Amino acid sequence: MAYATTAGHGEHDDHHPTGWRRWIYSTNHKDIGTMYIILSLVAALIGGVMSWMIRLELAEPGIQFFDNTQFYNVLVTAHGFLMVFFVVMPAMIGGFGNWFVPLMIGAPDMAFPRMNNISFWLTAAGLTLLVSSAFVGEGPGTGWTVYPPLSSIAYHPGAAVDFGILALHLAGAGSILGAINLIVTVFNMRAPGMTLHRMPLFVWAILVTAFLLLLALPVLAGALTMLLTDRNFGTSFYAVSGGGDPLLWQHLFWFFGHPEVYIIILPAFGIISQIISTFSKKPVFGYLGMAYAMCAIGFVGFIVWAHHMYTSGIGTNARAYFTVATMIIAVPTGIKIFSWLATMWGGSIDFKAPMMFALGFLWLFVIGGVTGVVLANAGIDFVMHDTYYVVAHFHYVMAIAAIFAMFGAYYYWIGKMSGRQYSERLAQIQFWIFFIGVNVLFFPQHFLGLGGMPRRIPDYPDAFAGWNMVSSVGAAITMVGTLMFYYIIWHTFRYGKTAEANPWGEGATTLEWTVPSPAPFHTHEELPVIGAGDHGHGPLHGGVQPAE
Amino acid sequence: MATHTTKSHPFHMVDPSPWPIVATIAAFTIATGGIWFMHGGPPWILIAGFAVLIVSFFGWWRDVVNEAQSGHNHTSVVQHGLRVGVLLFIASEVMFFFAFFWAYFNASVPLINSAAHTTWPPEGITPFHAWGLPFLNTLILLTSGATVTVAHHAVRLNDREKMVFWIGATAVLGFLFLGLQAFEYHHAAFGLTGGIYPSTFFLATGFHGFHVFVGAAFLTVCFFRARAGHFTPNQHVGFEAAAWYWHFVDVVWLFLFVCIYWWGSAGYHGPAGH
Repeated sequence: MAYATTAGHGEHDDHHPTGWRRWIYSTNHKDIGTMYIILSLVAALIGGVMSWMIRLELAEPGIQFFDNTQFYNVLVTAHGFLMVFFVVMPAMIGGFGNWFVPLMIGAPDMAFPRMNNISFWLTAAGLTLLVSSAFVGEGPGTGWTVYPPLSSIAYHPGAAVDFGILALHLAGAGSILGAINLIVTVFNMRAPGMTLHRMPLFVWAILVTAFLLLLALPVLAGALTMLLTDRNFGTSFYAVSGGGDPLLWQHLFWFFGHPEVYIIILPAFGIISQIISTFSKKPVFGYLGMAYAMCAIGFVGFIVWAHHMYTSGIGTNARAYFTVATMIIAVPTGIKIFSWLATMWGGSIDFKAPMMFALGFLWLFVIGGVTGVVLANAGIDFVMHDTYYVVAHFHYVMAIAAIFAMFGAYYYWIGKMSGRQYSERLAQIQFWIFFIGVNVLFFPQHFLGLGGMPRRIPDYPDAFAGWNMVSSVGAAITMVGTLMFYYIIWHTFRYGKTAEANPWGEGATTLEWTVPSPAPFHTHEELPVIGAGDHGHGPLHGGVQPAE
Repeated sequence: MATHTTKSHPFHMVDPSPWPIVATIAAFTIATGGIWFMHGGPPWILIAGFAVLIVSFFGWWRDVVNEAQSGHNHTSVVQHGLRVGVLLFIASEVMFFFAFFWAYFNASVPLINSAAHTTWPPEGITPFHAWGLPFLNTLILLTSGATVTVAHHAVRLNDREKMVFWIGATAVLGFLFLGLQAFEYHHAAFGLTGGIYPSTFFLATGFHGFHVFVGAAFLTVCFFRARAGHFTPNQHVGFEAAAWYWHFVDVVWLFLFVCIYWWGSAGYHGPAGH
């Protein structure tokens, strides 16, 4: 193959930096993607330990550990921020997006390799600020939604909330630059014949995600800036005393926040499509429908934000509109679910670990999606709002669903990234531990929520004791599954068998499987040519081959 | 550096660079220094952060300019990617201003927010007269939009003398706008802490002013690059980016002028109680 040999002469293309400069100064999409994944693994440990502490506190009624209940609030806040901004987004978009968008479209790197680097470092700087914020003064006990007046200078007088604001500013700037990079890469660097309608669905998913990032994050930046000036320079955007309006924050936050949950789950959609197609040994059913369903979800995601605000005093007409608009999302989402099922239908399914996690994803996402349709009703949500039903809903639909997609992606691509294959037996065990753990952890929270247990409170009436104990036992099982994943990473690098270029066989038809494992420092320096009839999922035979 | 004949694709593989990490250290210093300053600390860390940021901007973009001048890195395909990138960046900037306009209308239009003020400007606020200084600034920015277009034509005709003059004229108009805005701020009848009207007014027009500064600085760089002969009819992405950015700044101002200065002062009927 041409890939391994063309590097070695020429100009700075083949410049292969070594030592610390290779990483710190990196302009290589694979190295930057790897750094993103490592950052995500570190943040996941911190955020995971926090959730573990939360479940330990909630295992029984009464206060077990947090005499300082503000610290409990700080943990809840930091857990949310860490998982959303510093675990899922860096791993999916910065990590797998960086690694595999160029590989899958036949591009030699990202469009702006140097900007790619600052996207990562700004994320790292944001992570540092966010973790610091928990240890500054009273910490930010505002929840990840940072609603004023709780987040105002009157109720959080220390610097902690300002640390949080600037953490999001830095990470957000990094994400906007990363989004620009990904969009330009997809639009401008596809190999000859790789038309938009032949791109693998993972690339489509990242493209739509990048547009959501590009358009949603600046609105958060504006809202955060106004919060910063309200807190420190005496403006009145959210202060009723100066003629301002706390609801303004909620509107701006959720105008960003709802697209944000699709930013988290769309890359998961892409990963799941690749995995299910590969292990069913069939092209994805309804390829174009799948691609445009993601576009539709992305678009509708911008016009449903106030379903997070049904109890905030918005008008009846507004609640009616947002109920209807929200339910419309179930249509393109249903297209995706049924197309995944139809992809498996009649396929020769290989239940390898990535496929197991994809199936787990379907289970979790459907449960979370169904409770989402329940909560979309303003009338029902009026009762359920701020209860554990909501906590169960969003952990199912975006949190653990996304984590399952990330685990699946890791097992799917680690051979390509590291050159070593994971242990199938360990991965299967980890799947079952984790799958049982998260369901025992979150399913009972539906019952707690229906019973009226409020979220974000470290104590609760004795009546809720039973299911809370079950939930905490589930958390213990989940923690075992999580730690086992870290062990499997170590095991892969220490004992993993050498991975073939394509370990998955005929089902794996996308371009990353045409390059050696581990993928060389530079790939696709000879642009591949994609044949007609091949849409990144079709049979590879003759369709995708390196150019002369 | 060897020849580039072995490269079989049109894309630019960028060398490893220290500037992203240096710029990040600067941003981190600005963030922490800014927090310390806001909570009563000295301004020096904040200022140091900005200094490092300016150094890293200079270093980074010097590298970009050198790569562009090298002749073979910025192929037409790479130029296309850079243009799309600039357009996307401007789209994100539009959404940033979207937040401030949302704050403004949320406070001033009862039709969209039942808690909005029923009189605008609110009681006790004396707004600027839209057809005075703000209108002059509107004319200045509109004129600068025309001059930058004249400069663009000169670039395409490879008329260096003309392009240098008109780029310079555009930058001068930009700085003139900033001077008049500073004068206007100095004579405002309301202070930043005087409630929701000054909050929206100063943040929206202030961030616009900052963007005018960035655009004018960008044009100033283009002025010197034009004098050095960097822009050819076939390759002038840097100038095009500056021009597009300048038009964006111009359009934002038109919205500010119409919504905040003009419509926003229409409800004012002299001093309260008279």
